[in-house]
Order: sequence, then structure tokens, then C-alpha cells
Amino acid sequence: MSRELGDGHRRFLQTLMAVGITDEQEARALYQHCCDTHTMQCIPDKLDDFIEAINSRLQPMFMQIRKGMSEENGRQYYALVNMAETDITRMTSDYADNELELFRKTLDLIVSSENGKASSTDILNSTDTMTSKKLKKSETEHLLTRLVQDNWLCERRGEYTLSTRCIIEMEPYIRTMYQEQVKVCHICHNIAFQCQICENPSCGIKIHNPCVARYFKGRVEPHCPACDDFWPHEIPGTNETSRYQNNVLYLL
Amino acid sequence: PSTSQVQRGLEKLTAAQVDQKTAEVVQYILVKDQKKIPVRRADLVKHVIKDYRTVYPEIIKRAMQTFEQVFGLKLVEIDSKNHMYVLVNNLDASTARPSNPKMGLLFVILSVIFMKGGVVRENLMWNTLKKLRVDPGYLEYVRVPHTEPVEYEFRWGQRSDMEVSKAQILEFMGQLLEQDPQSWTQQYREAHSTASSSQASSSNHR
Ligand SMILES: [Mg+2]
Ligand SMILES: [Mg+2]
Ligand SMILES: [Zn+2]
Ligand SMILES: [Zn+2]
Repeated sequence: MSRELGDGHRRFLQTLMAVGITDEQEARALYQHCCDTHTMQCIPDKLDDFIEAINSRLQPMFMQIRKGMSEENGRQYYALVNMAETDITRMTSDYADNELELFRKTLDLIVSSENGKASSTDILNSTDTMTSKKLKKSETEHLLTRLVQDNWLCERRGEYTLSTRCIIEMEPYIRTMYQEQVKVCHICHNIAFQCQICENPSCGIKIHNPCVARYFKGRVEPHCPACDDFWPHEIPGTNETSRYQNNVLYLL
Repeated sequence: PSTSQVQRGLEKLTAAQVDQKTAEVVQYILVKDQKKIPVRRADLVKHVIKDYRTVYPEIIKRAMQTFEQVFGLKLVEIDSKNHMYVLVNNLDASTARPSNPKMGLLFVILSVIFMKGGVVRENLMWNTLKKLRVDPGYLEYVRVPHTEPVEYEFRWGQRSDMEVSKAQILEFMGQLLEQDPQSWTQQYREAHSTASSSQASSSNHR
């Protein structure tokens, strides 16, 4: 049902349009700010209702504010996404056909990988099988830089992953296009790229790294939540601040 | 098209078709606005409106209603000769939420430059920068004279000098590294000298 919006809703939407994606903490602060400045009642637990009202008016425009988890830090994020039925919709105005083909090939590599990553070498090699105008090495490198700048991909040490924004926006597309290969997290039931996999061949469940950290936190001996086999992987820490601090110190 | 032509045109279309076309127009204009490109009516008709020319006034009226009611934006003609349109904000700019400094990588970069004494060589900054879309004017990127091969360096841009307070940067560094801002004596002195600390403590932009 479509609901009447106030300036607080509009302010929230405008801010989200400007930043593209925001974490839950910032979204709550923004919600509070929008209510305060536009004299609306702010009910702390009702952020999702507030967003639902905006979504009811965005829906005819094939847009939506959607929530999803970052595979890096496990936090919830809100992103404004485009739901128009054509695939990779928002990208079609920014990228040429052959650039989109290479992005799809990168998606293929990431979805079919064990760890949710694609190396720059593998991406460069995949240009060999392009059906549209083949991208040169330098063009591919430039395209990858743009895809990172535009917040579709993330890059670390020559390896590419899907950004949180990209996962939130493209989840329905990826679930449709890769029905067989798509992995789903056993804990949070969302689509999973960067994850740990149970090594029991008759089980093989997947868990996001941050979901692993949360689930096994404080347990002495980690066991698979599905088959109860020993969980042989290293349990990642939940502290994300220290990594951020280290990065800054490294720069200094 | 005249009012009666529009009316007749609408009778030939379903409500869903008109809604669909309105959505396409809204999306098209939003994408242009994001890139700060004014929309030419001729382009809008050619690329989006297409066969719906006769009902153009109705579609544009609905798009404008959507911009105002949902987005708090207003579609205005900036050039009545060439029929160019842009979106302007209907909401009071002074009530925008200041961007959260902890979220801004720009802040980290400005901090790095500041902490390094006002200038940083390219190689140190490049990986961070690649991950960041910097608004024009916030960072200056200039060639270092007399270097072979060519090297570049970063400095604070004019907008940063005007909109970002150095005291705020030090405060941020202090929080980030859990250290007293005063422990960086030289930067602390600079940040709190009258000339550099008089700027706005936060910037509002959309
Ligand atoms: Mg964009
Ligand atoms: Mg901005
Ligand atoms: Zn999960
Ligand atoms: Zn198992």
C-alpha cells in the first residue's frame, strides 16, 4: 500500500541517494536526524517501517531501499537499489556492452570460486572468450579500476570481490542467473561469496566469515551447526576496528 | 500536443503503460542528475518517451509529481530556448545531515596529508584513492617538479581548506588511534592557530 510521505522521508531518501549505501548505525542516526529536523515522531525500533513507507512510493519507480550484510565486517547496510527487470540495469548507462560482458564474466568467476574472489589474472584471461568487442589488457585494467570506483567491486592485493552494494542490488539477479552454483549461508540464509565451507563431503554447508565469527564466538571446540563434524577452519575475529586502525597506521 | 490530443492519446493507453513510461522518465532524469548533466527535452523524447510523444505533457506532469512527493526534488527548466532541465532540492539545505566523519575515507586521506606535513607522494596514497570517489575541489593532485620518472603529490584542495576544520581532523585521528590529539604537537598548533581553525566545522552537501 502506498503511504503519504513527509519531508523527513524525503530527506532520508535524498541522503541515501547521495551516498548509495550506509551502515545500520548511520541509518539510525539519519532516521533520528530526519525526524528531529522535520518534526516527525521518531520511534527507535521503527526504522524499517519508516523505510517501508518510502519503499511503497519507490516501488512504482522500480526502486527500493534494501538491507543486506557486509561480507567483510558482518554489519547490516542499507542501499538504494534499482529493480527494473533488465539485468545489470543501473550499469547499462555507465558501461559499454563489452564492458558489461566482462563484468558478467567476473561475476561468473566470483560465483564459481571457492572463496568468492576473482584474481586480476583470471579476469584478464577471460577476455579471450569475449563475444563482443574484445577488451585490451590496458582497457580491462582501466575498467576494473572504474568498477571499484563505482562501488561494484572491491579490490585487495589483485583479487576482486563483489561490494556489499553490488550484492544487495544484484542478489535477485545472481540467484536467477546462477541457480545451481549460488551458495547460501547456513546461519543468515543470505547469498554467500566469501565464506567457509564444511569439509564433510556429505554436508558442505557454507557460512559467511562474519557469521562464522559470531556463531563460534566463545565456543571452545567449533562444530558444524548442520552435521556436527569438527569445523577445521580458522575462526576469524570479530574486531574490525583494529584492522581499520592498522590500515591508517600503515599509511602514516 | 493540445489538451484534447493528450486526452485522446491517454485513452489508447493502459494505466500500467503510462506508469511504466513515467518510471522510465524518472529514472532517466535521476541518472543524469547524479552525473550533474542537465536533461535536454529533445533527448528525453528521443531516448525515453519515444512512441508516447502525444502524451508527453501528462507523463512529465506525473514525473514532476513523483519528484516532489517522493524525492523532495523539483524539475526546473534552466534554458527555455533549448528546453534544458535540472533537478533542484525542494528541502531546506540547512537541515541536511552533516556527513559522518567516521564514514568518510576523504577524511582519512585529508588526515594523512595533514599528518605528513601537508603533502604526500602519490605512491603512498594511490591504493586508498582508488577506493574513493573524491568530489572535485577537495583534493589537489599536482606534478612534482623535476622528477624522473614523473611523480605526483596530493595536497588539500580549496574546498577542504574552506569546509574542513583541521581541529576536527585531529579529533578524528585521536578517536581512530585512541591517542590524545595534543600529542601531535606540530599539527595541534597548526590546527588551533587562528588562520586555519576559523572554517566551518562541518559541511553539508548532497
Ligand atoms: Mg553511480
Ligand atoms: Mg558528496
Ligand atoms: Zn551469513
Ligand atoms: Zn557440516
